[in-house]
Formats: sequence, C-alpha cells, structure tokens
Amino acid sequence: MKFAVVVNEGPYQHQAANTAYHFTRSVLEKGHEVVRVFFYHDGVNNGTCLTAPPQDEPHIVNQWSRLGRVHDLDLVICVAAAQRRGIMDERESTRHELPAANLAEGFRIAGLGQLIDASIEADRLLVFGD
Amino acid sequence: MFINRRGPYGSGYAQEALEITLVGAAFDQQISLAFVDDGVFLLRVGQDTSGIAMKPYTAAYRALADFDVHRVYVERESLAARGMTERDLMAIPGEGQGPDGNLVEVVSSAELSNIIDGQDVLMNH
Amino acid sequence: MLHTVNKSPFERDSLGTCFRLARPGSEVLLIEDAVYAALAGTRFEAAVRESMTRCSIFVLKEDMEARGIDAHALIPGIGTVDYGGFVDLAVRNEAVQSWL
Repeated sequence: MKFAVVVNEGPYQHQAANTAYHFTRSVLEKGHEVVRVFFYHDGVNNGTCLTAPPQDEPHIVNQWSRLGRVHDLDLVICVAAAQRRGIMDERESTRHELPAANLAEGFRIAGLGQLIDASIEADRLLVFGD
Repeated sequence: MFINRRGPYGSGYAQEALEITLVGAAFDQQISLAFVDDGVFLLRVGQDTSGIAMKPYTAAYRALADFDVHRVYVERESLAARGMTERDLMAIPGEGQGPDGNLVEVVSSAELSNIIDGQDVLMNH
Repeated sequence: MLHTVNKSPFERDSLGTCFRLARPGSEVLLIEDAVYAALAGTRFEAAVRESMTRCSIFVLKEDMEARGIDAHALIPGIGTVDYGGFVDLAVRNEAVQSWL
C-alpha cells in the first residue's frame, strides 16, 4: 500500500514530527511504500541544517535525512511555508537575495502541488500536527 | 476535504489551509471545505484586522467559487456552542450545496459525519 | 474510517469533536497526549465509555509507556496497539482523519 505523510509541526516543540517519523519508519518496516513526506506549516522547520540539539537528545533533522537516504524517500518542504519561516535552498536564497541557504541533506523545496499529487497517488494520507 | 477547526489570526493554520485548498482546486480535485469548532469563526462577518496589522485573508473565502470550490460546510453544533447562527456568517457567492446562491451550507453533526465518511482524503488544519 | 486524536482532552476538545463526528463503526486511535483520555477515573470516562458503544478505541502503546500508563490503568475495553498496529489500522480503514 502507498502512504503519504504530512508533517505540520517543527521538531521539538510538538511531538508531531517525532510521531510522524516513527510512523513513517513503521510503514516502511511493514513493507509498504511512502510516496512522499510533505512538510507544511511549521513542519518546514524539520528541514533546517542548523539545528544542534544536545547529544543525549534525538537529532530529529538528521533522523529524517538518514531515513530519507536509506529508503530513498521524497522529503518535500513546502516552498510557501518555507519562505515565511526562513528555510532556504541555494536557489531560493539567491532568488530572495538572502545571505545563506540552510536546507538539510535529503530534503527538497517544492510547491503545494506536490502535496496534492501525493494525496492523489497514495492509498492513505496521514497528517501529524498539533 | 480540508477541515478548519481553528479561528483566524491566533495561529497561521487557516491561512495556509486556504492556500492548499486553492492549489487542490487547481489540480481539478473535488474539494470540500468544512468549518468545525473554532473554524466557524473564520467565516464570521465584520472582521477588521487593521488594529493588529495582519492580512485579512478570510476575505478570500468569498472567491472560492472562482477557484472552483463549491462545497462549503459549517457545523451547526459548532455555531450554536459559540452563540452564533447562520446570520453571523459571510455569504460566499456561488452555485453549490447552500441555499440561494450562497455556497455556505450549515449542516448538523450527523450530516457532516456522513459527508466526512465519504471523503477520500482528509486534512485537518 | 480511522480517526486519530493526539491532544489531551484536558487541554483541548478534539476528542469531543472526534466522538461527535465519527460514524458508528469507526476506529479511534489515541496517540501522544490523547492517551490520557483512556485513563480510568477521569471526568471524561463516561464520554469515552459512551463512544465505545459505537466505535472501537485504541491507544498507542509507545505513547502510553512514555507517560507511565500501563494497561491496568485504562478504561476496560480499550485496546492497545504499537506503531506496527497503527500502520495496520491505517491499512484496514479506507481513510484516516487526524483530529489535531
């Protein structure tokens, strides 16, 4: 079965990103497919490369990057929500004449159409938020 | 179906929910909007954001028909719990489920429950 | 349909909205802080029991354990599932509605 996962909250402030990560992992462990993990609202903050949590706490951004790498996942950060919250890849950073880019490894920035596409392609879509 | 359960301006969820609503409609999907709990406040008439200098994005609901969104449901029990009636809601021009060229259809919990049950994809904001 | 609720009923009434709008025969999974709604002896127990006459209610085991809740503390009749079971619930229902 094909799943789409939507993450509406950033790491740490709410459990949503943690729950979404564990759910996504379980979907894959059970042999299902994850069409896309789409990060919307504050969920785009899961895609910044600038987090440095304490060593004895989970590194949520790196967890996503690693899961994405191991399972070839499509981790998509919503461009509109990202622009509001300062998550930028090189192209967006240049386009907006900003001093830096900060997109974490394994994520890409794209439009809301990718969420709609995923909702059409997937058999099940789950939203994790606050 | 996009279910709005939070009011305007206190959080950013509804504004971004509106953006995904319009994108979904542009993808030729059959989009339904439901307003439940504090989400009914999104459609309350008389909003004036000048004092808080925030974008009055709820005015954009009036253009839903232009974006091919024709199914707009408001839960009656949520209205009643907040001391509101249909008269407190903005009219959204268009031909849809609602009466007299108004897309807004106020439905009971039981009716909305059936509508929700028939949806393929649901997103709560 | 599978309904998930993630907020404590003491914080927000998403559970009430879920019970109001979930059709009979639905499955409801309590995750994150919503697991507190499954505790016996709260002011929400009657409402939860009433909903159990119409829907099946489950609690996510990992979130229960994180919060120091063991099975004996739950309202009788509430099932527990782990994350694998969460996936199975999503698979066997036509769609999933998350009441945030």
